[in-house]
Amino acid sequence: MKYLGIEPKKPRIAVFDFTSCEGCQLQLANGEDTLVEFLGSIDIVDFREISSSRCEDYEIAMIEGAITRSDEIDRLLRIREKAKTLIALGTCACFGGVNKLKNAFNLNDANEEVYGDDPKETLPARAVHDIVPVELKIPGCPVSKREVERIIQHLVWDVPYTPPAYPVCLECKQRYAVCVCDIDAPWTGEKGKGQICLGPITRGGCMAPCPAAGMACWGCRGPAEDANLESFFSILKERGFEEWEVRERLDFFGAFEGSK
Amino acid sequence: MKVNLDVDVHHLTRVEGHGNIRVRVKDGNIEEANWTVVETPRFFEVMLKGKHFSTAAALSSRICGICSIAHCLASLEATEHAFDITIPSIAAKLRLLGKHGETLQSHLLHLFFLAAPDFLNVPSVIPLAATSPEVVDLARRLKGLANRVCDIAAGRTTHPVSFCVGGVSSVPNRDRLLQLRDALERSLEDLATSVELVAGFSIPRFARETEFVSLKGESDYAFIGRTAVSSDGVERDVSDYRQMTNEYVVKHSTSKYCRLSRDSFAVGPLARFNNNHEHLHPAAAEVASRLGLEPVCHNPFMAHVARLVECVHATHQAIHLIEEIADTGASERAAADVEPRAGEGIGAVEAPRGILYHHYEYGANGKIVRANCVIPTTQNHANIQNDLTDLVAQSAETMMQDGEIELLGSMLVRAYDPCISCSVH
Repeated sequence: MKYLGIEPKKPRIAVFDFTSCEGCQLQLANGEDTLVEFLGSIDIVDFREISSSRCEDYEIAMIEGAITRSDEIDRLLRIREKAKTLIALGTCACFGGVNKLKNAFNLNDANEEVYGDDPKETLPARAVHDIVPVELKIPGCPVSKREVERIIQHLVWDVPYTPPAYPVCLECKQRYAVCVCDIDAPWTGEKGKGQICLGPITRGGCMAPCPAAGMACWGCRGPAEDANLESFFSILKERGFEEWEVRERLDFFGAFEGSK
Repeated sequence: MKVNLDVDVHHLTRVEGHGNIRVRVKDGNIEEANWTVVETPRFFEVMLKGKHFSTAAALSSRICGICSIAHCLASLEATEHAFDITIPSIAAKLRLLGKHGETLQSHLLHLFFLAAPDFLNVPSVIPLAATSPEVVDLARRLKGLANRVCDIAAGRTTHPVSFCVGGVSSVPNRDRLLQLRDALERSLEDLATSVELVAGFSIPRFARETEFVSLKGESDYAFIGRTAVSSDGVERDVSDYRQMTNEYVVKHSTSKYCRLSRDSFAVGPLARFNNNHEHLHPAAAEVASRLGLEPVCHNPFMAHVARLVECVHATHQAIHLIEEIADTGASERAAADVEPRAGEGIGAVEAPRGILYHHYEYGANGKIVRANCVIPTTQNHANIQNDLTDLVAQSAETMMQDGEIELLGSMLVRAYDPCISCSVH
């Protein structure tokens, strides 16, 4: 089927999971209204979680999860050799995600605490781009299926994709959501103190599901372009938030490393 | 003639997470019949240390992308238990609605995407779009609706955003709720079609006497509760979860194993059905009897039927809950006051795959000192192993071949719908 005189590609896609909750690949099977069309526009040749078909001949590899063990590094290097395009799918693959929280602890102690005197191999968590070059990043915890669909459309029509530069704040306003920065503080009830919401500094594209449901943005999509971090931190300070509280939010998804 | 078998399944497909099956039989003697968990450990219990109570539920939900609502709820229950908080009834109802949404979401994903291909002789649901579009359409409609229940009750289908310590942060509007109720009522017809589909599955005949553990409902088929019970007669408050699970570390697996009265036990839909069947909605009980599921059922493959029975039950319960929530509306406060204090709290919920416990110890500053999570699939691993050993022994006697035992062994593990990365949290 041609569209505007262009023949679409039907890319051969493989989906691989590393250290993660597998929630992002699950999103690929969601979006039921358009699922049949979505699956029809691509050729999924390897997707272990939902299919027993295995195949090593693919153009696009979607990588879910962070890298936390030596066998994962080897596996990722093999996939990188085969794939023309490597996509980091989700916050764990893009930034390391919540897995990176363990890096703040001594891993030998952590191992002993969980496994006693029978420790299991583990490395500090790393993002996919820390190991191999990545062509495209789709952040989100979990990824938004709509955004995945939009990106797949770009791949099918061979049109370069540019992620939104604007922050989550913009999309939150588009939804007419009540700003969680301005409500009374949850639990303590302090008037107008609100929550620490990273919406003003986080890259948009998710349509702000968290603040729209009354939960602040914790920045799973990483920094927006040209985010004014300095001014953001000074506003939080003015509002009486302590350093550790801000740190706990910024560190949560490992997506703001190096800021503040 | 003595049978020789050599089966090596590396990273079993159509399950969540990474596990291997290895079977070697020589001259009729079983040399190996092993289920091994090779998932990478993530150390969530360590990551939770030092975190503020407002962070705990969002972090724990990341243990699992399929049962994130269960983890979020068990975490909130544990924190609220530690701080001695009673949540408003509208919040309790919305959380339970989210729980039913997740049960539907997870069970339907398993039934259509992970399990059905084995019974319909296809590698995945994808080729069915061309050969049996009506099945794909059915799956799409039912799973789409289950996702919508979670969207409305929890703010999102995966990793909930509207459940918080003390209650919920938003209450869905009445119109949305009533439209959801109507859609759920209409979906009962699709569930009836699914019952006929499953009636056509040839469920393997196999049984091994098993101890079943679940929450106990006083008057309901419990999904959130404080009493755990086993079919061997053990009954304890969930605060005694350590005595109910007895976790231990094994060499060959990154997940721990568990035991209770015997050297293994099972949790999940079949355990819930066996222990609480008298509290099922009549329509769900009817489906059980239509599909030949009778308590106490010791065939692990019948978990597929138990899941569908629970889908019918959860749909009826969700309809009922929505009516109650819509009647109360947003007039009530949806979250209780929270005063952190030093102490311990234990929460338990029935995740789709079985009973899940979270245990936190808090300091006076509202930060976690120590955390422990016991996952349903962790509790099932030893039982999967024991079933596999028996299944291979029985199959070897009937002179089954490599391909057949590979399929049957894979189907056995899939019947538990293991959440492997969850079990290795």
